[in-house]
Amino acid sequence: MIEVFVFAIFAAIAIAGALVMVIGRNPVYSAIGLLTTMFSIAVFYVLQNAHFVAAVQVVIYAGAVMTLFLFVIMMIGVDKKEDTTEQIPWQRPIAIAVSVGLAAVILIAGSRAWITGRSVFGVDGINGTIEVVADALFGTWTLAFLSTIFLLTIAAVGTIAMAQYSPRRPEEES
Amino acid sequence: MIVTPGWYMALAAVLFSIGGAGVLVRRNALVMFMSIELMLNSVNLTFVAAGTGLGLIEGQVAALFVIVVAAAEVTIGLAILVAVFRGRATANVDELSSLGG
Repeated sequence: MIEVFVFAIFAAIAIAGALVMVIGRNPVYSAIGLLTTMFSIAVFYVLQNAHFVAAVQVVIYAGAVMTLFLFVIMMIGVDKKEDTTEQIPWQRPIAIAVSVGLAAVILIAGSRAWITGRSVFGVDGINGTIEVVADALFGTWTLAFLSTIFLLTIAAVGTIAMAQYSPRRPEEES
Repeated sequence: MIVTPGWYMALAAVLFSIGGAGVLVRRNALVMFMSIELMLNSVNLTFVAAGTGLGLIEGQVAALFVIVVAAAEVTIGLAILVAVFRGRATANVDELSSLGG
């Protein structure tokens, strides 16, 4: 029963954080809203006994990724007013209608098809400790894990290449 | 009354739609990036909930892989944004239309 209360409270916090992220005029407010949502999602992982994923969520997303976002926001755009005039007529209402429709379609389709409860395979609850996750990661999925090494190497090389790229400013042309 | 994985999936669907609205409505490229991160996070929540529902650890393994890909994507995307900003001094996607003809 306490699980239901925790779920309800943090679901409200997560949705509120997501709305603040979309509505917030200042990019810093958006970053703080996203941070709130990410912490709430970490709480949901703990509720589902996914302890290791919850720790990774806090360390990587709330720690590394959001710090990087805030760093870039402070560097390039914190004092810029966003232009709120609509370039495309009816863009904003149509976008909101499309999103609400998307949510409705997913919920309606999912409520007919998705699994609820543990009756399908009859397995007891899993416990996502480091040991269990590492067994799957380094046992069954070793090849996928090793290919992430290439992905991260390519990402690091690409980031360094982008950092050295220096485009000419428009007034320097001609 | 217990919290079934379906509840988490419904919440993830709502968060995914809010992230999609952010991508469509906002002009600031940084906020659009954050919306994409929110969508990836909600998919992670779906993976973990499905793994819990099926009694499989693979849901959490898939979530870890998505986190790795998202981290790589953020580094590359923010590097591109900083390079664009050095050239154009704007993060507004409407003004970055050189490829639009």
